[in-house]
Amino acid sequence: MAHGPATLADGWRAYISRWVFTTNHKDIGTLYLWFSFAMFLLGGAFAMIIRAELFQPGMQLIRPEFFNQMTTMHGLVMVFGAIMPAFVGLANWMIPLMIGAPDMALPRMNNLSFWILPFAFAILTSTLFMEGGGPNFGWTFYAPLSTTYAPDSVNFFIFAIHIMGASSIMGSINIIATVMNMRAPGMTYMKMPLFVWTWVITAFLLVAVMPVLAGAVTMMLMDINFGTSFFDAAGGGDPVLFQHVFWFFGHPEVYIIILPAFGVVSQIIPTFSRKPLFGYSSMVYATAAIAFLSFVVWAHHMFTVGMPIAGELYFMYATMLIAVPTGVKVFNWITTMYKGSLTFETPMLFSIAFVILFTFGGFTGLMLSIAAADMQYHDTYFVVAHFHYVMVAGAVFSGTAAIYYWLPKWCGKMYNETMGQVQFWVAFIGFNIAFMPQHFLGLAGMPRRYADYGLQFADWNMVSSIGAFIYGGAQLMLLYNVIMTIKFGKPTTEEKTWEGAEGLEWTVPSPAPYHTFSTPPEFK
Amino acid sequence: MLKRAQALFLSLLSLVILLPFAGSALAESSASQLNMPQGVTEVSQAAYDIHMIMIWVCTVIGVGVFGFMFYVMYAHRKSRGAVAENFHEHLGVELLWTIVPTIILIVMAFPATTALLKVYDTDNPDIEIKITGYQWKWQYEYLGEGVKFMSELRTSDDEVYGREPKGEHYLREVTEPLVLPVGQKIRFLVTGNDVIHSWWVPDFGVKRDAVPGLFTAGWAKTDKPGTYVGECTELCGQGHAFMPVVVEVKEQAEYDAWLANKKAEAVEYASTIGKEWSSEELMAKGEGVYLQSCAGCHQADGGGIPGVFPAIKGSPIALGPQIGHIAVLIDGVPGSAMQSFADQLSEVNIAAVIHYQRNAWGNDVGDVTQPIDVLNYKQSK
Repeated sequence: MAHGPATLADGWRAYISRWVFTTNHKDIGTLYLWFSFAMFLLGGAFAMIIRAELFQPGMQLIRPEFFNQMTTMHGLVMVFGAIMPAFVGLANWMIPLMIGAPDMALPRMNNLSFWILPFAFAILTSTLFMEGGGPNFGWTFYAPLSTTYAPDSVNFFIFAIHIMGASSIMGSINIIATVMNMRAPGMTYMKMPLFVWTWVITAFLLVAVMPVLAGAVTMMLMDINFGTSFFDAAGGGDPVLFQHVFWFFGHPEVYIIILPAFGVVSQIIPTFSRKPLFGYSSMVYATAAIAFLSFVVWAHHMFTVGMPIAGELYFMYATMLIAVPTGVKVFNWITTMYKGSLTFETPMLFSIAFVILFTFGGFTGLMLSIAAADMQYHDTYFVVAHFHYVMVAGAVFSGTAAIYYWLPKWCGKMYNETMGQVQFWVAFIGFNIAFMPQHFLGLAGMPRRYADYGLQFADWNMVSSIGAFIYGGAQLMLLYNVIMTIKFGKPTTEEKTWEGAEGLEWTVPSPAPYHTFSTPPEFK
Repeated sequence: MLKRAQALFLSLLSLVILLPFAGSALAESSASQLNMPQGVTEVSQAAYDIHMIMIWVCTVIGVGVFGFMFYVMYAHRKSRGAVAENFHEHLGVELLWTIVPTIILIVMAFPATTALLKVYDTDNPDIEIKITGYQWKWQYEYLGEGVKFMSELRTSDDEVYGREPKGEHYLREVTEPLVLPVGQKIRFLVTGNDVIHSWWVPDFGVKRDAVPGLFTAGWAKTDKPGTYVGECTELCGQGHAFMPVVVEVKEQAEYDAWLANKKAEAVEYASTIGKEWSSEELMAKGEGVYLQSCAGCHQADGGGIPGVFPAIKGSPIALGPQIGHIAVLIDGVPGSAMQSFADQLSEVNIAAVIHYQRNAWGNDVGDVTQPIDVLNYKQSK
């Protein structure tokens, strides 16, 4: 037992005990990744129900009340259950390997931070079966719709959010402690791989804003059950306060989602360009600048709420400014490819698509920052299209790239390149068919979170639904590819899976042994 | 194989990149529904102009950046024999692509600021209208005129649930539209009664959140008579998609006639409050009011939705003393979704719906609630 992980051959009890009690960063990373994929499919199933209902005008399949539960749960599960845990899983697997550490700094807390997550999502999902239904107030849960007017299950929702927050904070503290204390000799901060850098900055963001979210839901809890009036105008409170508190969490949250994605892409593009990352230090500074700016732009989500014009102007200018460091990153990635020696394996395809589609989402983001125009865009499908370009084509494409890129290192098997590329094209085309028309729908005047719509929106909604089903199918292909690779993939033992790969993770054998870097490697 | 895949990759990518730009160009040339409407007010025009400026700025940058990227992807492929160089920093270009975007942004901030100032120019209106969002309808009050009415969706449930074919104005028709005159500056004061709604008319460029306890202001002035349709744009519960905004802009003379007529209606209504109504009259009226204003939550059969909305059928309030039943409708139930209907329904309608609730679906109290009872309760407070 002491020599390695229990396998099925050791019996079910030993095998289950291994996963439940594990403190190994690779095991916990694997748990996070599988869990997030399960949540991704669950949130995806909710999306399929939404798109099926919106396929035609009129209510065909579900009632508006259930539709609202689906949009809410889709957002919550995707943000907190799929994307965030996926990148925590990548951090668990890769950060110790990249900095030459034997494990995470706080292994037992690591175990705890994972194992409370399934309970949080079991609680959240169970609300769908409760009397009165699950959360139906949107993933932004604006008061008083989420307090006075909410179903009773809102208390379970609040509890679930608290658990997710605790999990995220523990995970972040662990990452900060690991990176600060356990780098291999010679690895100074400015020599760390960019994925590690983006995760450290993300971890600080998480530690800073998760308590704010906890505060918001605690105030809701008080308003609902203990007679306070934080968000109730009739009792002297203010519903707009909720929005300020929520977005003070919510805006950094979107960078929490995208910064690790930047990190992944900054690892993959140099590998397949066979050339070092261009502008390493400006990448680090740009990431830090984005993180800082994310704290001072939150009210651009609230341009129509009736702020004084001075506030409105400030938040507009500050938001426009984000385009500068984001642009620096895009220019750096492209210049990394310039005069490289490019090949286009699946991880590179996903990374290039990431750069293009994320930049496109950045353009619409810049348009949204202009307050006068935002008065027309706000809460329409234009916004839905915008954030799916940055979150799906951003975070999910980059996560998929990471899976193909590091899968050989994780399981010692090579995926099928043709199948990988086919999956990429299905995902890429499906994604654009699904979300490009939503720009047009929004500009033509279709608000988001609409269970039903007028006949003038029928055509593009149908196109969008078809694209969504294709994109949903692409995720099942990804699952198929991963399972086929693990079961039947061509074994590979090479340390360096990719010709152009650099970094400590490519100095250990494939699959990575259960324990790595028991003695610290020397980093040049 | 891989070469073909790459060619496909390039052509598809460029298609996807060009699609939206082609779309926006198309929208300019025809009345297609791909782009933001130019609308009929200064504000909507300002929003449209800055929107188009941003699209073109982004298009130019996008074509440059992606064009270079596609060139790199074509020219520096390993399969074409490209050998990687090793450079990885250059202070000059890095400063350049920090400073140039900053300058572009500063330049763009000027038109963006001008446009926003226009949105906020709500001073010195000719007419003021208070707009209140309710779950799930709008109330319009012409301040200083004594005219106030509710505007609700007119599309029937049968159309929504596919039991009848959908009409031409599906989800774009209301019981009573907001009526405005041409050529006058109108200030909208928007607030909410229960949850947050948002009042949006794209052709006016006005989108203002309806927040309980707060007023937000917007304005419009147009010379083009016509019917303009908008939406509620803040999630407000199950009827969110079913509370459209319809505005009719009329010539001044028509508007004056309409307003005079509304005022006369209000006077005429006052005389019906004192009248003695029969049980049959009240039941007939009450059923209509119930289906319009109560059935959304309490359901058409009075059974409610367990755990969310209580049943009225067999409820102790509906079977208890009349005064308690009136109190629930006039005062609402604090801390719950049951709001006060004192401002939403007339005394006659409240009396009718109470009578209906007490005597329908097997409820058989048998008493008659008169409008005057409701008025007396209101005045006793």
